[in-house]
Amino acid sequence: MIVAERKPIEEILDMVKDFKKILVVGCKGCVTVCNAGGTKEVGILASILRLARDKENNPLEVDELTLERQCDPEYIEQLDGKAGDYDGILSMACSIGPQYISSRFPKSLVYPTLNTNFLGGSLEHGVWAEFCQACGNCKIHLFGGLCPIARCSKSLLNGPCGGSSDGKCEISKDVDCVWHLIVEKLMEQGRMDMLTGVKPIKDWSTSRDGGPRKIIREDLKL
Amino acid sequence: MRLRYPTSVKIIQVPCTGRVDIIHLLKSFEDGADGVYVAGCEEGDCHFLTGNLKARKKVNYVKKVLESLGTEPDRVAMYNMSAAQGPRFAEIAREFTAKIKELGPSPFKGFAAKAA
Repeated sequence: MIVAERKPIEEILDMVKDFKKILVVGCKGCVTVCNAGGTKEVGILASILRLARDKENNPLEVDELTLERQCDPEYIEQLDGKAGDYDGILSMACSIGPQYISSRFPKSLVYPTLNTNFLGGSLEHGVWAEFCQACGNCKIHLFGGLCPIARCSKSLLNGPCGGSSDGKCEISKDVDCVWHLIVEKLMEQGRMDMLTGVKPIKDWSTSRDGGPRKIIREDLKL
Repeated sequence: MRLRYPTSVKIIQVPCTGRVDIIHLLKSFEDGADGVYVAGCEEGDCHFLTGNLKARKKVNYVKKVLESLGTEPDRVAMYNMSAAQGPRFAEIAREFTAKIKELGPSPFKGFAAKAA
């Protein structure tokens, strides 16, 4: 899923400093799962903003709403007739949300309250890590089910670099060397022959390097 | 036990402090409370095993929020006691009330409470 984190309160307060009435819109998708922008977090942010402005004697009216998702236009329609009531709309979805809201309501001022960080999954309750770089050409099966594009700091395809030490990446002791994990896994599976031969140069045009991407499914278009 | 504790303490009963969430603590301040404390079981004695531990984490989160808003983090606190310790309950009520009296009234004017 997309993993995001709420921006610092000071940054968000600065966005709304000239407003009197705002709407905070949450998302029941990825950001609910990573506890960043779901219904609970909308409530918490709304409360914090009210308290902060109470303290300055400059009250802020904050309405709260959570949509199923903010990455389908049909869900954004639920804001029809409401968006115009607010000085500003704060989206608690990943960065796609505020873009969709802004697109449907061009006269509204829309702000992101989250920083979208990475594609990843949870390691334990409250801890998420990056697992995918959306390179557009998944080949994890060649690496024992692990992704060296996302999880190797240098996205190496042919083995660890000299910085791999005690199973950790040289950039931080908190980062596993995924190549260490790949080799251990393939040794366990008795498939080290997967690593013989040099992998060809990766064609990065399927990744963001090829420009903004789009997928068209003719079989699904109405 | 007919023990006395300050009338300014309003009790909200929950089956376990694990039920208390961040929003409850923040809303209390929105509604005009000068301080909020969570009274849970002794650590290790939670009937639901980790409810009181989770509550402490949420209290710590709200302490950080209060700090970031330029207010005293001590306005929110976590206390642990056995359900059988009546005198300790009263003692904590008195202790926390005294602490809040010292800190003064809440800097949040309670517009939400007034508007309601």
